[in-house]
Amino acid sequence: MGILTGLGARGSGLGSSGIGVWGRSGQALVVLAALLAVSIATAQERPARIISLIPAVTEMLFAIGAGGSVVAVSSFDTYPPQVRDLERVGALLDPDLERILALKPDLVAIYASQTDLARQLERAGIATYEYRHGGLKDVLTTIRGLGARVSRGQEAARAAAEIDAGLDRIRRRVDGRPRPKTLLVFGREALAIRGVYASGGAGFLNDMLIAAGGENVFADVRRESVQAASELILARRPEVILELRAEGLPGDRRRAEIDVWRRLSSVPAVRANRVYFIADPRTVVPGPRVVEGTELIARALHPEAFE
Amino acid sequence: MNPPVRRRLLVALGGFGALAAAAIVLAPLAGSTSIDLRRALNPSLPFADNVDAQIFFVARLPRTLAGALVGAALAAAGVVFQGLLRNPLATPFTLGVSAGAALGAMLVITTGWTAAWSGLPAIPLASFAGSTGAVAIVYALARARHGGLSTHVLLLAGVTLNAFFSALILFVQYFADYADLYRMLRWLVGDLDVASYQPIAAAAPLLAVAFGVFAWLARPLNLLSLGPDAAGTRGIDVRTAQRAAFFSASVATGAAVSVAGPIGFVGIIIPHLVRLMVGADHRIVLPSSALFGAAFLVGCDVVARTLMPPVEVPVGVITAILGGPFFLWLLVRRG
Repeated sequence: MGILTGLGARGSGLGSSGIGVWGRSGQALVVLAALLAVSIATAQERPARIISLIPAVTEMLFAIGAGGSVVAVSSFDTYPPQVRDLERVGALLDPDLERILALKPDLVAIYASQTDLARQLERAGIATYEYRHGGLKDVLTTIRGLGARVSRGQEAARAAAEIDAGLDRIRRRVDGRPRPKTLLVFGREALAIRGVYASGGAGFLNDMLIAAGGENVFADVRRESVQAASELILARRPEVILELRAEGLPGDRRRAEIDVWRRLSSVPAVRANRVYFIADPRTVVPGPRVVEGTELIARALHPEAFE
Repeated sequence: MNPPVRRRLLVALGGFGALAAAAIVLAPLAGSTSIDLRRALNPSLPFADNVDAQIFFVARLPRTLAGALVGAALAAAGVVFQGLLRNPLATPFTLGVSAGAALGAMLVITTGWTAAWSGLPAIPLASFAGSTGAVAIVYALARARHGGLSTHVLLLAGVTLNAFFSALILFVQYFADYADLYRMLRWLVGDLDVASYQPIAAAAPLLAVAFGVFAWLARPLNLLSLGPDAAGTRGIDVRTAQRAAFFSASVATGAAVSVAGPIGFVGIIIPHLVRLMVGADHRIVLPSSALFGAAFLVGCDVVARTLMPPVEVPVGVITAILGGPFFLWLLVRRG
């Protein structure tokens, strides 16, 4: 709303100065005014000061060439390296409205659930882009939508096509191989099989697993996360256990954490020594690097396909 | 012990004991999956291959035992705190033990600190350390002014410490990332899926000591309920009794919370329910509450794991859903 109002005011201002200069020819004026309006509109819609509260969106903005306009990011952003020097303005639960306003952004990417923040920004006349978390397909949709929003439709279409092609490449590579039943763990207590959070049969982690040639042991649970009790893990008999972590562990700790699974010795993954740790942010951020993340998973599931 | 009391005690112990035993025997038979019990208990099959045996012995039995121990500890500690503070609304968590434990656990979760001690993971250790710290602070405050323990100061110091620790917990949570936040909230709801005998073995000696003291405490608690002055004239050492009650109930609570997190309501509804059934004599109420608490928590855990399989409802949610309305009913009925 804010942008549209601002655009209207500025457009008419330029139009009236146009009358002074080109007043003699009405037709030329109309044509020129129209041209001006179009070019101003384009320039206006390409925001010059963007704030992103979502790491995935930050990565997308950089991937479609809008990185130069990003002036601040969330407290969890680490990629690309350029964001390290950018200002931090909080995140999902603690957005710093004051600092956001002080930075005078013309577009703020926020989570769709941040309704209070959306209202406050609307009142301040600042445009927002609302991000919704979804599956792997939604990564492409989001990139295209974001591209349209920042007037970089072509770059966005290209980036989306590249991701699509990259995922296809991985799918073809693992095609026809047996799909191991996989427990995809993204959180548990240290040195214990307690509080295990695993991917259910929905969401982008599940989609990545399937693209990487795996089958989710919790495919029937249609939600993003399952709190997996030990009984459930024993009963589902995963053939591979894949633990995704944002940060790595030193070698001996890693060994100890893998050994914890030996308590569930009847689980095929444990018996076949197919418990893997992947400590890489590319597997947990639903941004343009999902292809690389998916490949990491595919390499763990099907090492022979990448020899 | 005069004959009528002994008879009532035997009846109560028989009844609640049978209930607890039945819960402990039956609970491992139920779960989100169906297992072949004959296969599970067949020793000729190698354990490493035997899924049914692993579900029975690794998943179900430890959590049943954990439920029984934690339920017994919280219910008995609830009786002791209610007697010590002479306040029917006291719970094992009133004096800040659980808030201290929670602060310890939250700190470990945010900092990612994982150092283990004799094989015990960091979270239970930190939670027990946190509860010990809280107990020490409350005790020091309650003793400072009078030499003896002032139950009023205990209560006020405990409630204030609870609020203070809760604020610190919020502060710690503020710095946590999403994944940690999720795990923190989960810990705060309580969970019995220990998947190993290790946490139970670590808590058992502490609980044994606490229960030993509870056994001695029954008579002093009866007298303390008349008020410290009256109790003193009846020939008990009020200070010693208060101290013993405070520390034993705190240790039991701290150990229980380190195993399963702060599972709510067991420590308040079980003592009241038991009093409704057997009267107010602590010699009967204490052991009956421990047994009934064990049966109740084990039963709640069965509901938690079979209500909507394959997903599990946190057992703390079940105890609160069953316990909350019941407690309100009790309050209104009594009022």
